[in-house]
Amino acid sequence: MGITRTPTSLTQSSATRGGIGESTLRPDGTLKVTGEFAYSSDLWHEDMLWGYTLRSTVAHAAIVSIDTSEALATSGVYAVLTYDDLPTEVKHYGLEIRDTPVLAHGKVRHHGEPVALVAADHPETARRAAAKIRVEYDALPVITDEASATAPDAVLVHEGRDDHHIGHVPHPNIVHRQPIVRGDADRAAERADVVVSGEYVFGMQDQAFLGPESGLAVPAEDGGVDLYVATQWLHSDLRQIAPVLGLPERKVRMTLSGVGGAFGGREDLSMQIHGCLLALRTGKPVKIVYNRFESFFGHVHRHPARLWYEHGATRNGKLTHVRCRIVLDGGAYASASPAVVGNAASLSIGPYVVEDVDIEALALYTNNPPCGAMRGFGAVQACFAYEAQMDKVAAELGMDPVEFRQVNAMEQGTVMPTGQTVDSPAPVAELLRRVKSRPLPPERQWETTEGADVRALPGGLSNTTHGEGVVRGVGYAVGIKNVGFSEGFDDYSTARVRMQVINGEPVATVHTAMAEVGQGGVTVHAQIARSELGVTQVTIQPADTQVGSAGSTSASRQTYMTGGAVKNTCEAVREKVLDLGRRRFGSYHPAWATAELLLEGGKVVTDGGEALADIADVLEDDVVDLELEFRHRPTQAFDLRTGQGNGHVQYSFAAHRAVVEVDTELGLVKVVELACAQDVGKALNPLSVVGQIQGGTTQGLGVAVMEEIVVDPKTALVRNPSFTDYLIPTILDTPTIPVDVLELADEHAPYGLRGIGEAPTLSSTPAVLAAIRQATGLELNRTPVRPEHLTGS
Amino acid sequence: MEFLRPATWQEALAAKAEHPTAVPIAGGTDVMVEINFDHRRPDHLLDLNRIAELEEWETGEDTVRLGASVPYSRIMAGLRTELPGLALASHTVASPQIRNRGGVGGNLGTASPAGDAHPALLAGGGAVEAESVRGSRLIPIDDFYTGVKRNALAPDELIRAVHLKKATGPQQFSKVGTRNAMVIAVCAFGIALHPDTRTVRTGIGSAAPTPIRAKAAEEFLAAAMDEAGLWDSGKPVPPAVAKQFADLVSGAANPIDDVRGTATYRRHALGVMARRTLGWTWQQYRDHQGSKSCA
Repeated sequence: MGITRTPTSLTQSSATRGGIGESTLRPDGTLKVTGEFAYSSDLWHEDMLWGYTLRSTVAHAAIVSIDTSEALATSGVYAVLTYDDLPTEVKHYGLEIRDTPVLAHGKVRHHGEPVALVAADHPETARRAAAKIRVEYDALPVITDEASATAPDAVLVHEGRDDHHIGHVPHPNIVHRQPIVRGDADRAAERADVVVSGEYVFGMQDQAFLGPESGLAVPAEDGGVDLYVATQWLHSDLRQIAPVLGLPERKVRMTLSGVGGAFGGREDLSMQIHGCLLALRTGKPVKIVYNRFESFFGHVHRHPARLWYEHGATRNGKLTHVRCRIVLDGGAYASASPAVVGNAASLSIGPYVVEDVDIEALALYTNNPPCGAMRGFGAVQACFAYEAQMDKVAAELGMDPVEFRQVNAMEQGTVMPTGQTVDSPAPVAELLRRVKSRPLPPERQWETTEGADVRALPGGLSNTTHGEGVVRGVGYAVGIKNVGFSEGFDDYSTARVRMQVINGEPVATVHTAMAEVGQGGVTVHAQIARSELGVTQVTIQPADTQVGSAGSTSASRQTYMTGGAVKNTCEAVREKVLDLGRRRFGSYHPAWATAELLLEGGKVVTDGGEALADIADVLEDDVVDLELEFRHRPTQAFDLRTGQGNGHVQYSFAAHRAVVEVDTELGLVKVVELACAQDVGKALNPLSVVGQIQGGTTQGLGVAVMEEIVVDPKTALVRNPSFTDYLIPTILDTPTIPVDVLELADEHAPYGLRGIGEAPTLSSTPAVLAAIRQATGLELNRTPVRPEHLTGS
Repeated sequence: MEFLRPATWQEALAAKAEHPTAVPIAGGTDVMVEINFDHRRPDHLLDLNRIAELEEWETGEDTVRLGASVPYSRIMAGLRTELPGLALASHTVASPQIRNRGGVGGNLGTASPAGDAHPALLAGGGAVEAESVRGSRLIPIDDFYTGVKRNALAPDELIRAVHLKKATGPQQFSKVGTRNAMVIAVCAFGIALHPDTRTVRTGIGSAAPTPIRAKAAEEFLAAAMDEAGLWDSGKPVPPAVAKQFADLVSGAANPIDDVRGTATYRRHALGVMARRTLGWTWQQYRDHQGSKSCA
């Protein structure tokens, strides 16, 4: 029997065009750029109603009463629902801990918590009716930080916890705590010639995806519901939705609608259950679309954090030990907090070799906005702090900061603080070398023959400087991010692949439940199918729950996991096709029995390049159709006391060099260049790879100099829920981002690829901060940096 | 909410007389945000988009009569010489799309202290042409802003145009935001040299309940320059004078702490902008003097 092999040789082959390694264009790219693409907010149905969510105006209060009578009496209103209307005993949901009420019960725990729902025949009617719902609140003390959360007499954000973390946390207002102890930090500290410590603060970043939460729930004749929604993981939603509705999962049919960005913010449910409840109650289709203001309350944010670090090093620049404590503010509900804690702890010292560590990470329950998944997931906050520390230690030692990092850089074979050996390439020193060796942008790059180009200066078109007060700074940072779901989670993806002849041509159809949120999975799946099956035409079916789970579009995992699943299923389909070929044509040519066979350019070919048959002739009227699951290597939970365990699947590395111009008098910053070098294992689509790296880099820049949800420390109310005051980078804030892509294969991963989406978000922020520190000489232990931090006013 | 669509200016004035609480809307770049955010739900919207003359300007001997709806993008492109300060301020308004829609009439109607046009209008000097069925009047810009988001318009009046003094000397506009484009002002500063009267006028945005002039700073600077004969000599402004001017500008402000910035920072930044923009305008004035004497 012929052996099929991983057709890596196909990547350079011209036989099947549009395969892996090529920069094929996104199928949805032109539609999105021209405004033709239908997002979930564009969904429409005959006779549909509009849902509206009444949200709490206070952060922490007992609900004394809710009076919906006036709202119900409003003409055009079809339903008003509160907690009391929930149809089953399951009234909570949550990614890991089901602690989030579908509608507030007894009390509200954060600003903007859903309290009641209205369905009406017009969105304005629904909004006005909701305004007539009278909710009487009785204020409770507000828990806003570690001190107020863990005070002896602290009010419990959640009473009667029975989740699996309550047994090991020191206080019920702590969601989860993960220590990691390895070696002996106390003894190692004795060897240190320098010891540097610092306290760092990371502000609350928002995913700021442009397509607000939206979806359409359509009641079905079988008593079930069809839900069209923008999300990150259909099957995770399904698992949380169905029990609340009292429906078996097969009666909740979900289809992915156009997703306008996600970045982690769509891992938790938003309008899903609400829309279905209203649809089932009214018997009519119900659409819910949040506006921008509501969107800021409709999804979780990145955990703000306080981090304490102590680093020791010998005079020759070797790190002796690291001690750290990371306190993440999880807000009112758990969301992804436990996993974020695991990441923050296990990646807390960065991509460095340190044998003696004492690490603690925890997430609080507070009355601040709930925080959960966002690109970088716990590793971002840690990277901001440990990279600041690395610069401080280097300065203390009088060493070049890049050289100091290189001296301590991990490599393949390094043992992590968790005891896990890094068993694939970890080119940390090389990534740093690459960004450092780039020529710097010219000094005073704003000068032109016609005077200063303000667009190239801090303040930009606001015309605040023509060069006065402007000082350049250069900073470096490198980070480490895990890829895929960790800590023993059974992480898998499913792909269904069908191959048949249509109009005389072999066509592959790929069906997965993968949420395309902009990452380019739909592009890559087609490339994989072309490479594996030798076809030109690939149809990507809409993602829905009629096929098995694809897991989440997060943790940089989709190309690895659902891409891996597509590859895996394609290989099985190919075997079936070759079996058909052997049955039909085996007697005509000995190579059918003896050679390695591939599918290339519409033909069955030998590895020597000899064509044996057209795929179309092999298939005839047969249809090969398989659905298979794909798993990455199993991982282990971290020991709750020591943090030991092979917790992660794969690691991903990126390094940045930031060049900034700072107006030191006004405290304004222009990032001139953010060079990145990243190892991607294998670039399945080089254009998409560069796009991901540039996007992640920009998101990291955002939280360095502008992006922050401001929460009032006294009231826990959000002060800037709009794009007027929550600023994200414009193109004038976005620097040139030269990208250097390494492809060092990870032998454990499909095609040797490495998940890429998150790593560039890590090191971008500390690199910018380091550059601003160099320009200003200020310590800057907080991000984002605001003008008043730079001017001392 | 009723949507009134007058076809002519006279119809618009009649509609406003009939519905004094009607909110005029032209580009909609401010009003629609207010409505979308549910900050206000007026009974009537008065759409001025069918009235073409609001989108025109006339250049006279000494002034420009700028229609209330002339979009910022056209001010930037077409009035750079006559109204350089306003052209610079226009460039900082929001995004290209918004600049294609929004105009000075909207900034004046809303009268937010953060409106980008105000410091340039105050510094350049001029008057607002307000009209109602009762007649037309000119409200000096200095008297126009009466409180936080309040102005001197009577309930039945609409803004027809602004009459702006053509620049007789260099003008500058500078605005601090925490982003390099498309940002609302943390604070802003406008300055205009008026060599014809040997005066300097200023405008401060986002640092007091209304847009204001820094009058003490203006008077100090005019006196100091007169005393030193700088208008004639074209010599550099002594650093001590520039510093005193900057301090007086800072002192004129009455800012608050809010989510966009602190009061302390606003005062500080205004001083820096005052010093820098004075330097730029004075350099432009000297260059101009120099080129005249060479000619």
